[in-house]
Amino acid sequence: MKLVTAIIKPFKLDDVREALGRLGIQGMTVTETKGFGRQKGHTELYRGAEYVVDFLPKLKLEVAVADAQVDEVVGAVTAAAKTDQIGDGKIFVFDLLAVIRVRTGEQGDEAL
Amino acid sequence: MENNIFELQYALDTFYFLICGALVMWMAAGFAMLEAGLVRAKNTIEILTKNVALFAVSCIMYMVCGYALMYGGGYFLAGIAGGETLVLDALAASKENGFGGDSVYASAAEFFFQVVFVATAMSIVSGAVAERMKLWAFLAFAVVMTAFIYPLEGSWTWGGKEVFGLYSLADLGFSDFAGSGIVHMAGASAALAGVLLLGARKGKYAADGRVNAIPGANLPLAALGTFILWMGWFGFNGGSVLKLGDVASANSVAMVFLNTNAAAAGGLVAALLVSQLKFGKADLTMALNGALAGLVAITAEPSTPSALSATLIGGVGGVIVVFSIVLLDKLKIDDPVGAISVHGVVGMWGLLAVPFTNQAASFSGQLIGLLTIFVWVFVASLIVWSIIKAAIGIRISEEQEYDGTDLAECGMEAYPEFVAPS
Repeated sequence: MKLVTAIIKPFKLDDVREALGRLGIQGMTVTETKGFGRQKGHTELYRGAEYVVDFLPKLKLEVAVADAQVDEVVGAVTAAAKTDQIGDGKIFVFDLLAVIRVRTGEQGDEAL
Repeated sequence: MENNIFELQYALDTFYFLICGALVMWMAAGFAMLEAGLVRAKNTIEILTKNVALFAVSCIMYMVCGYALMYGGGYFLAGIAGGETLVLDALAASKENGFGGDSVYASAAEFFFQVVFVATAMSIVSGAVAERMKLWAFLAFAVVMTAFIYPLEGSWTWGGKEVFGLYSLADLGFSDFAGSGIVHMAGASAALAGVLLLGARKGKYAADGRVNAIPGANLPLAALGTFILWMGWFGFNGGSVLKLGDVASANSVAMVFLNTNAAAAGGLVAALLVSQLKFGKADLTMALNGALAGLVAITAEPSTPSALSATLIGGVGGVIVVFSIVLLDKLKIDDPVGAISVHGVVGMWGLLAVPFTNQAASFSGQLIGLLTIFVWVFVASLIVWSIIKAAIGIRISEEQEYDGTDLAECGMEAYPEFVAPS
């Protein structure tokens, strides 16, 4: 099993959720977060003085998937979150040691 | 029959004074919301505490001795309720003045209308020194300002007394209808003295001299505060006609309302346009300051300009305020809400604009009056701030400033359920 963590632009969340839904993904976790990559921050103007916004608002999406599904999930997120503009985000894939459903105690792929 | 009409006129003029005073009182709410909106979330409670406390302090100190210093009469408003011959005195005065002459009204209403002006002057100070001044140092200053500094310059102008027995501003042709100079520039002068001794907020100016913006936490509050001030200003200027009860006065009041509104509109549009042209964006905070600048500009003479002139006088105020805010920032005079620009710099413009429409005022008289008020309030304030600084200090520590004045001075947070980024 793998944990797919994607940092995406907030306005792309609905597109990504729909794309993952079409793949039969049953659940996901979304966190509001802030950060920067190659996009860096940007400057704003307030009462004539500039200030730099280093950390831009992003969403962090976490999905636990079976090994067989990793590629299509990564592909779906990439396709749905892409705007071709700088700052579209990144996807990280981690090995997942265990998954346990709290209600039933099911483990592994059963619990996904 | 004549006496009945005089009694009605007395009642109407007194009632008008009281309603206008209540409108001006509401300006305290406007200042509180404007300032709470333009500071960071971590300084909200403290600025609100300053605003409500300064209002109360002003009311008490003006009652104790301020009013007596400004207009005469006894300390603690002794005798203000009127004696047993109150009605007969009033009727005699009305008969002497005639129906269209100076108004006769309850002395208590006069005090009520005046006391809210003192609070307005003091409100101006709180915004300029926001986010870094000690609460109790500020309130100590408020005591001296409202008991002594403001009433003295008020006595030279509206009180009709000579400046330290040397010269009379009225004889020189000085005219300040509702207080562009006497109230607004005076408040800003005290604020400037405080800011110079206090220094800028940490992080406002980078080591290389760059100006950093510190955006306000709540612009809806700032917009609401501006609208409240705009509304209260009808009492501020309208009430300063001092009379409603005859056709000429009623017309004058209507003209003052109209011009006050026109100037605010002119100031807002001008500031918004300048902001768009100069910065390439429509900065709401500048637009709000522009409306207030228009109001301050027209306050020195809202009764004589035409509606178009009033709009233009306000518009010039709106242009001045944007450039003034940027200039003060460059000079490292850190004023989080723009109070010194809005009330001080534009207050000066308001005073100097009076002779354009009011032939009774002279430029030299306006200039001498302007300098008299500025020098007195600035120097006296500088001395008082210095004494307070030496005695108890006026600035919170750097760590307290980072944590916010809310935690440092009041021990609580305005929005405890939110995680507030610094």
